[in-house]
Amino acid sequence: MTLLRVENVGQAHNEIEILKGINLSLERGEVFALIGPTGSGKTTLMKLIDLLTKPSLGQIYFDEVDVTDVESDRLAARRRMSLVQQKPIVFSMNVYDNVAIGLKWRGIARDLTKGKVEYVLDLVGMADYAHRDAKTLSGGETQRVALARALVVEPELLLLDEPTANLDPNSVSKIEEVIEHVIKKHKISVFMTTHDMVQGQRLSDTVGVLIAGEMLQMGTPEQIFSAPLNKEVAEFVGIDNILAGMIEKKDGELADVRVASGIISAISHYEVGDDVYALIRPEDITLSLAKDHGSARNLFSGKIFKITMLGSLVHIEVDCGFPLFVVATARSALDMGLVVDTQVFISFKATAIKVIKRWV
Amino acid sequence: MSEIWDGLVKAFQLICTFDTTVMSIAGKSLWISAASCLIATAICVPLGSVIHFNNFKGKRLLISTVQTLWSMPTVAVGLLVFLLVSHSGPLGILELIFKPGAIIFGQVILISPLILGLVISALNGVDKLIPETAVSLGASRLQKAILTIREARYAIVAALIMGFGRAISEVGLSIMVGGNIARYTRTIPTAIALETQRGNIELSIALGIILILIALVINISLHMLQRKRV
Repeated sequence: MTLLRVENVGQAHNEIEILKGINLSLERGEVFALIGPTGSGKTTLMKLIDLLTKPSLGQIYFDEVDVTDVESDRLAARRRMSLVQQKPIVFSMNVYDNVAIGLKWRGIARDLTKGKVEYVLDLVGMADYAHRDAKTLSGGETQRVALARALVVEPELLLLDEPTANLDPNSVSKIEEVIEHVIKKHKISVFMTTHDMVQGQRLSDTVGVLIAGEMLQMGTPEQIFSAPLNKEVAEFVGIDNILAGMIEKKDGELADVRVASGIISAISHYEVGDDVYALIRPEDITLSLAKDHGSARNLFSGKIFKITMLGSLVHIEVDCGFPLFVVATARSALDMGLVVDTQVFISFKATAIKVIKRWV
Repeated sequence: MSEIWDGLVKAFQLICTFDTTVMSIAGKSLWISAASCLIATAICVPLGSVIHFNNFKGKRLLISTVQTLWSMPTVAVGLLVFLLVSHSGPLGILELIFKPGAIIFGQVILISPLILGLVISALNGVDKLIPETAVSLGASRLQKAILTIREARYAIVAALIMGFGRAISEVGLSIMVGGNIARYTRTIPTAIALETQRGNIELSIALGIILILIALVINISLHMLQRKRV
């Protein structure tokens, strides 16, 4: 059953379009993660969904009621959802009163409020802080109070705007733990924005990619991260190898894609002559010093031209007629004696390549 | 020099012995100014909230006008109130002239722009995320406004103290519409003006010290509030 429906929503400010033609729906119990780069309009969309601002265009339905304009309907809907902001703010009162205030505004009796507040404070691990001045809390503690404040009203829709941004790892894990608990136990719908792809993948049923105010792709985490529909999404979800090319030959679904001076074998439904991008995740590429490609259809020799250390991993860039990024562990790179100018062999399977249309 | 010294000594004697004239004038001054301040607060806090929370044409001009009225001369307000409440004035039927009510009425007019302007500034000083968070937590417009006022409470109380300070120290208005009647409409500033003319220097000094003490208490309160805000 659909809880939230956003239809053709646009938002403009000073004649600058911040959001364009956004359509999405959220079922009861569904977790939707909105990902996108900074400035893509995620928070603007979040505020529209939380009914804090009105859209320039389009309609928003909550539980099948149009809540785009009428203030009384908007307040009624707003009281069935709650938002945790990226940089939450607490009121100048103690932690207990901060958490209880939403219930007070809804006219909930004091004795009932007490039980609910104590339960959520315990849930977020802040039971011992009930009488502390909320203004004296650390960033992680403030975020947990904000989460408690949002959960205590038992929302049907929980909105989380980058809930773990700028927090220390301990606070991140505590907040994620609470969110996972709430999602599983209370089956509430969640709409969250995040820049943390792993978090988005792990917590959500559906992922939407918002870039420059447009929802470029929506789907399951698997679809988004393994089969992006276009170059922008591919780049954003961390597919480092995006090779522009053209289908040169086809044999059934197997296609030869000309990429610079090389030809890559890939699975594609596009036709000969079509301009495409071949997307290859670095972790799907095997790098070796000997010419052994096993079952992989694609084998290239090349020379390492750049090595970047990334903690326990190494980012290796190889020139094999076209540039390819490969990821290896620091340990294996050391064992193999990989340095700039080392001659290596690169192999990857045809099925590891996602071919998407390139509009020229 | 000895006149000032003698005056100071006698003044302290008057204060320490709770001289009935001194205490009566001080008490009258305090309650008239407190009443003015309370009435002005009752008007300015809701009015300031309405101005702050609503966007309308001419809002900036209105705020500028209010701020301009901060420096209204007390005698000008006195003249206005006199014309309004004198027996032939439009509010003559209220029979306020030369009564404490007339002074209170005048002081409300005098300090309202100050309190109103400072209340609007206080509300402007509240983090914009406070009302937004309140709305997202399901607050109605009134609940949002009450919370924002609560968040600005220290700055609002500071505004009230400033208003009280202006009311208790004004002289021109009280003389013009109160008439400086002993035990009735005589306030500290009007008494100082009168007793100095009469040569009762020690009484004037005693009242002056009380006025300075009140100013000191106001100043300390403001500092404490400002520290609390930080």
